[in-house]
Amino acid sequence: MSMNGTEPRKHTISVLVENKFGVLSRVAGLFSARGYNIESLSVGETLDPTVSRMTLVVGGDEFVIEQVMKQLHKLIDVIKVNDLTDESHVERELMLIRVNAEPQHREEILRTADIFRAKVVDVTQVSFVLEATGDEGKLEALIELLRPMGIQEIVRTGKVAISRGPKTRVRKAEPAKRPRVSDDPRVVGFAD
Amino acid sequence: MKLPGAKIVLECIKREGVDIIFGLPGGAVLPIYDALYDFEGLRHILVRQEAAAGHAAEGYARATGKVGVCLVTSGPACTNLVTALQDAMMDSIPIVAFTGQVPTHLIGNDAFQEADNVGITRSATKHNFLVKDGKDLGPIIREAFHIAATGRPGPVHVDLPKDILVKEAELIWPEKVTMRSYNPNYEGHAGQIKRAAKAMLRAKKPVLYVGGGVISSNAHAELRELAELTQIPVTTTLMGLGAFPSEHPLSIEMLGMHGTYYANMAVHHSDVLVAVGARFDDRVTGRVDAFAPHAEIIHIDIDPSSISKNIKVDVPIVGDCRRVLRALVEAVREEAKAGGDGQEGQKPWHAQIAEWKVKEPLRYEWSDDVIKPQYVIQEISNATRGEAMIVTGVGQHQMWAAQYYKFTHPRAWFTSGGLGTMGYGLPTAMGVQAAHPGRHVVNIDGDGSFAMNSQELATCFVEKLPVKTVIINNSGHGMVRQWQRIIYKERYCAIDLPGIPDWVKLAEAYGCVGLRVTKPSEVVPAIEKMLSTPAPVVLDVCVDKDECVFPMVPAGGANTDMILAPPTREVRDRAEKSQTGF
Ligand SMILES: Cc1cc2nc3c(=O)[nH]c(=O)nc-3n(C[C@H](O)[C@H](O)[C@H](O)COP(=O)(O)OP(=O)(O)OC[C@H]3O[C@@H](n4cnc5c(N)ncnc54)[C@H](O)[C@@H]3O)c2cc1C
Ligand SMILES: Cc1ncc(C[n+]2csc(CCOP(=O)(O)OP(=O)(O)O)c2C)c(N)n1
Repeated sequence: MSMNGTEPRKHTISVLVENKFGVLSRVAGLFSARGYNIESLSVGETLDPTVSRMTLVVGGDEFVIEQVMKQLHKLIDVIKVNDLTDESHVERELMLIRVNAEPQHREEILRTADIFRAKVVDVTQVSFVLEATGDEGKLEALIELLRPMGIQEIVRTGKVAISRGPKTRVRKAEPAKRPRVSDDPRVVGFAD
Repeated sequence: MKLPGAKIVLECIKREGVDIIFGLPGGAVLPIYDALYDFEGLRHILVRQEAAAGHAAEGYARATGKVGVCLVTSGPACTNLVTALQDAMMDSIPIVAFTGQVPTHLIGNDAFQEADNVGITRSATKHNFLVKDGKDLGPIIREAFHIAATGRPGPVHVDLPKDILVKEAELIWPEKVTMRSYNPNYEGHAGQIKRAAKAMLRAKKPVLYVGGGVISSNAHAELRELAELTQIPVTTTLMGLGAFPSEHPLSIEMLGMHGTYYANMAVHHSDVLVAVGARFDDRVTGRVDAFAPHAEIIHIDIDPSSISKNIKVDVPIVGDCRRVLRALVEAVREEAKAGGDGQEGQKPWHAQIAEWKVKEPLRYEWSDDVIKPQYVIQEISNATRGEAMIVTGVGQHQMWAAQYYKFTHPRAWFTSGGLGTMGYGLPTAMGVQAAHPGRHVVNIDGDGSFAMNSQELATCFVEKLPVKTVIINNSGHGMVRQWQRIIYKERYCAIDLPGIPDWVKLAEAYGCVGLRVTKPSEVVPAIEKMLSTPAPVVLDVCVDKDECVFPMVPAGGANTDMILAPPTREVRDRAEKSQTGF
C-alpha cells in the first residue's frame, strides 16, 4: 500500500518532448532507473516536426504516478506531461494477429473479424493475419475469442491517446481521484 | 566570426565568467589544448586523474557560487569522470564537464578510445549534449551553463567530437537562453506562503529543518532573519552546515543518523516542521513512518519532485529558498501584526530543548594517552575560529567534522553527502583553494578515503595549492568497522589498513610537507605549524581506532532510537558519588 493508500491502476500519460537525439533513451532510462513499470510506450511526430508525442501506459498508485509525472517533467527535453486517465480522451491501439486457419475454423474467424471490424491483411492455406484497432478492452476480447483456434503471434503498437476537443468535453463521471492542493503550478505542479 | 570549434569552446567558457578549469588532456581534446596554448584569461589546472578534475570543479562551484568546469578526453577519461558527475548530481552542484569524442564519422565504430559517453553519463547528469555541428557549439554551451546553474543545480555534460573541434564554424552566442521545455519556478505561491506563516506563528513546538538548498540559493541571511523573528530553533542537514551559525542560540545543529540528540528529539516532537531546501533523505528521516509524526510539514523546494517524495507534505511551496524566505518574513510580520500570538507560546518548547541539550550534549571521553579524533576537530575549529574552508572524505572523520567543527559561514563546508564518495576530499579542496588562494583550506580526511585520490598531492605541489590535509588515521575503514562492531557482532572483515603507506614520506615524495602526531599534547602545536606553513601539508594524526560516532540511528530505525555515546568518566564518577545513581 502506498503513502496515501490508493490502489495501483493503469494510467495513460501523454508526454510532449523535444524531437531530439537521445530523448527516447532519457525517458526509457528514467523508468528503469527509478523502477517504474512501463506497460507500453509509443512515439511519433506531432504537427510541429520539432516536437514528438510519447504515450505511456504506466501502472502505479497515485503516489507513484505523481512521482512519475514530476520526474518526467524534470527531464530537460520534456515540454509537457499530461495524465489523461481521468480526463475525457480517446485511446486506440493497433494489433496484428496471426491465427491458425484450419478449414473448420475459417468461417468463424472471418465472422469474428467482421464483428470487431478487423481486416484480414494476409491469407495462407493455414493462417490469417488480422489487423484490429481499438481500446484495450476490445483487443483483449478479440484475443480471447481467437485463442481457441490457436494464435501463432501477436504484435501490438502500444496505446496512443488524444484528449477530446473542448466542445465534446463531458463532465467527469467521477471527481478527480487525486486531491490537488491547488491548480497553481507554483504550489506543487510543474514549472511552466 | 568564424573560429575553430576548439576556440569557440574556450571563448564560451570564458564568457560564462569562469576563470579556472580543471582537466587532463588526451587525443580527442588535443585541439582544445592547442587552443589553450596561447589563450588568455583561463587558468588550467592539470590534475592527475579525471575524477579529481570533476571534484575540483565541484569545490570551485560550491566555494564561488559559479559553475565549475572540467575538461577531459574521450573513452577512459569520461568513464573516470563519472563518479564526480554522479556526486555532483546527488548533491546538486553546478558543473559543466567537457569530454572529447572520436570524430563524428567514426562514432559507433568502436574507434580508438570510443565510449558511448552521453549514454554513460545520461543518468549521472542533469542533462547532456553530443555536439554534432560546429554552429551548435555556442548555443549548446550556453544552454549547458544555464541548465547547470538554474533551478535545482546539477552537472551537465557536453561531448565534443574531435572534427567539430578542428573545423571552423560561426561563433553564435545567444544573449539570452530561452527554452520552451525548461523554465524553473522561482517565486513561491503567495497563498501557500501565507498558510505557512500562519502555521509557524500558531506552532507551539516548531523547528526549521534546513538543507543544502539554502546554501546554493545564498539564502542564509533571510533564513537567519526568519529564525530570529519567529524564534524557531534551526537544525541543518549535513549539506546545510554553515547555512546557520552552529553556535547561534537557536541552533540545534545537525539532525539525522549522526545528528545531535536534541535535534532529533526536537524534530520528533515538533508540531510544525519547516523544511527549507532539504530533501528528506533517508539518513535524515530514519524510518519514515516514525519521522516527525505529530508535525504539520511545510516544504520549500525548487524541485517539485523533491516534494512529497519520501514524506507527505502539508504545505508545499515550490520556489527558490531565498525569494520564498524573504516573502515568508514579510508574511510573518503581517500575520503577527494581525494578532498572531507570537513567541510567548514557545517558551516551554525552548525550555525543553535546553533540557535536552544539557542532558545529552555531543560528548566523548578524554584521554591523556591516545588522541581522540573529536578532539582534533575541536582544535582545528579553535585554531581557525570556524573561519576555514573545511573539506572531508567519507566516513567517521566526516561525521566528527560535521559534529565538532563550529561553522560560521555558508560555502565553507564541502562534503560528499548524497553519494558518499571516498576520495572526494583532496581534489575538492584543490578546487576550493584555487578559487580562494588566500584562505585556509583544510581537508579533514580518513586514511582510507585519502588513499583514493592522494596522487593529487602532486597537483597541489605543482599548481601551488597549499591545501592542508589532516588524516584522522585510525588504521582502517573506521565507519565500516563501526557498523561491523555495532550491527555485525564484531565480526570484523576487510577493514584493516595497517600503517601503509607512511603518509609523511608520501607527502614528502610529492614535494609537500609531512607531519605526524601520536600524543594528545602534540595536536595543537602541530595544527598551528600546519596552518602557518605556506605549502601543502599532510598532517597524519594517529587516533584511537576504537572510537565510534555517536549518536547513531541504526539504518532503518526511528530517530528516537538513537544509540548514545557511553557515559563519560566524569558522568560515571558523578553518578557513583550521587545517592540515586543511575
Ligand atoms: C557517512 C554518511 C553519513 C551521513 N549522515 C547524515 C546525517 O546524520 N544527517 C544528515 O543530515 N545527512 C547525513 N548524510 C548526508 C545525506 O546522505 C544527504 O546527503 C543529506 O542529508 C542531504 O541533505 P539535504 O536534504 O540538505 O539535501 P541536498 O542534497 O543538499 O539537496 C538540496 C535540496 O534543496 C533543493 N534546492 C536546491 N536549490 C534550491 C533553491 N535555490 N531553492 C530551493 N530549493 C533548492 C533541491 O531541490 C534539494 O531538494 C550522511 C552522508 C554520509 C556519507
Ligand atoms: C568509493 C567508496 N567506496 C566504499 C565506500 C564505503 N565506505 C564508507 S565509509 C568507508 C570507510 C572510510 O574509511 P576512512 O576514509 O579511513 O574513514 P574513517 O571512517 O576511518 O574515518 C567505506 C569503505 C564509500 N563510501 N565510497
